[in-house]
Amino acid sequence: MTTATLPGTLSLGLARGATELREFFRQKENLIFTISLPALLMLLLGTVYVREAAAGQMFAASMIGAGIISTSFVGLGMSVVADREDGTLKRLRGTPMPFTSYFIGKIVLVFVSSLFEAALLMVVAVWRFDVELPSSAEKWLTFAWVFTLGVISCSLIGVALSAIAKSTRNAAGVLNLPYIVLQFLSGVFIAQTMLPESLRTVGSLFPLKWVCQGFRSVFALNDGYAVMEAAGSWELGKIALVLGAWTIVGLVLVSRTFKWSNTSR
Amino acid sequence: MNAIRVRGLKKAYKDHQAVAGVDLDVARGEVFAVLGPNGAGKTTSVEILEGHRDRDAGEVSVLGVDPAKGGREWRSKLGIVLQSATDAATLTVREAVHHYARYYANPRDPEEVIDLVGLTEKAKSRGSTLSGGQRRRLDVALGIIGRPELMFLDEPTTGFDPEARRQFWSLIKRLAAEGTTILLTTHYLDEAEALADRVAVLAGGRIVAEGAPQTLGGRAHADATVRWLSDRGYQEIRTSEPTKTIAELSRHGELAELTVTRPSLEDVYLELIA
Repeated sequence: MTTATLPGTLSLGLARGATELREFFRQKENLIFTISLPALLMLLLGTVYVREAAAGQMFAASMIGAGIISTSFVGLGMSVVADREDGTLKRLRGTPMPFTSYFIGKIVLVFVSSLFEAALLMVVAVWRFDVELPSSAEKWLTFAWVFTLGVISCSLIGVALSAIAKSTRNAAGVLNLPYIVLQFLSGVFIAQTMLPESLRTVGSLFPLKWVCQGFRSVFALNDGYAVMEAAGSWELGKIALVLGAWTIVGLVLVSRTFKWSNTSR
Repeated sequence: MNAIRVRGLKKAYKDHQAVAGVDLDVARGEVFAVLGPNGAGKTTSVEILEGHRDRDAGEVSVLGVDPAKGGREWRSKLGIVLQSATDAATLTVREAVHHYARYYANPRDPEEVIDLVGLTEKAKSRGSTLSGGQRRRLDVALGIIGRPELMFLDEPTTGFDPEARRQFWSLIKRLAAEGTTILLTTHYLDEAEALADRVAVLAGGRIVAEGAPQTLGGRAHADATVRWLSDRGYQEIRTSEPTKTIAELSRHGELAELTVTRPSLEDVYLELIA
């Protein structure tokens, strides 16, 4: 009998990530819808709304935020439901692959596809609306951690919510509805200061507002624009805290609710 | 030690008792077939053995481990061939087999596996472009890539054309010859007869008969039917001594279209599940 040891969780997770990406980029609807939707919305809505440079900066920042929530929360949730439907999860469960590796693979997928999406959006924003990209290393560092925390926390929530959806058909509703509502409550299309107090509070409970606020702090022409936020400042510490908290909530939810198959046990 | 040992296995869904007390022993290296109509509890039983489903009662040991507690080491010794998966649709056969090989400590050579299941010409084709039979052979490839000691095949040839079924059978025979223990469920009696060392018939969540396909349900000792064509049409005699019967009959001359038959596995099976 062989006693060779099984491969490590992280290396399998990365191998899964490579395979997930390969499958993702081979599906044209992913490229058209997931990757280019925020850039397209920026192009359409920006043409109407963006009348001055500052507005372009803010709108681009919010759209990047909305975009990564879309890939992590909606896109990932859908892909887990699809994995359950087409037998991927059932097959994986019959192999010695640890569940954590599956999840690492999904995060890699969301991380890379969100990067593509954000890059495309920035190209459109710079080319069409003369948006200035942040120039200091400090701003890019903020971008990096907001991006990473946003991806991880929203991925976990997306996976947790996928347990509710029985098929890809109803997953679209389960996942898209909260996402669309949150975009309105989180200052993506309408500045949060224009919302009534109650709606603003609801929006502040969820990650999207904080991710967008983080990106706005990165893209603002100067820190004076912080007065336009609901709190009158960027609240970077609070952003980290809220996203961190959602990551923990997401981890608990996933470990409690994750379903390998649609049939009852 | 047996590869599989089951005692008093029970599983209910709401009011429906899917598995109602099953005992089962499968020796190492054996090919064991579970026959039964739809809803007999075949898939539920197999999924419990695979660790994919909880049980209500009973003792289960698969390769010496309780499937409900099986870890990575245990899973790496199993090969599970799925019934109706459409996953890996955008991966090529080669990519899928190479990827799944990474999960195991000591996998088979992916290229050899592709060749073994007869997909060499399709190695560069994506999963979604394969025919039904080719798709199932990919499922087998992914099932055997980790050098399993025990393989589960749940209705592996449903929807195959006759040629694809024969090819599939020879593949299973090859794996069995290498010493792999195989548990398969099937609707097809000829499949059980061709592949299995022993079969069990499951009906209503219980095993109603068990044995070698040749002797199941007392088949070997059942009366034979001697049939021939005379001036008055086809004649039949049921007898326990067909040789003697034919000797007597043939004294009057040649018997046209003479046959001697015993109940087929299908006859026995249909009687068992009735």
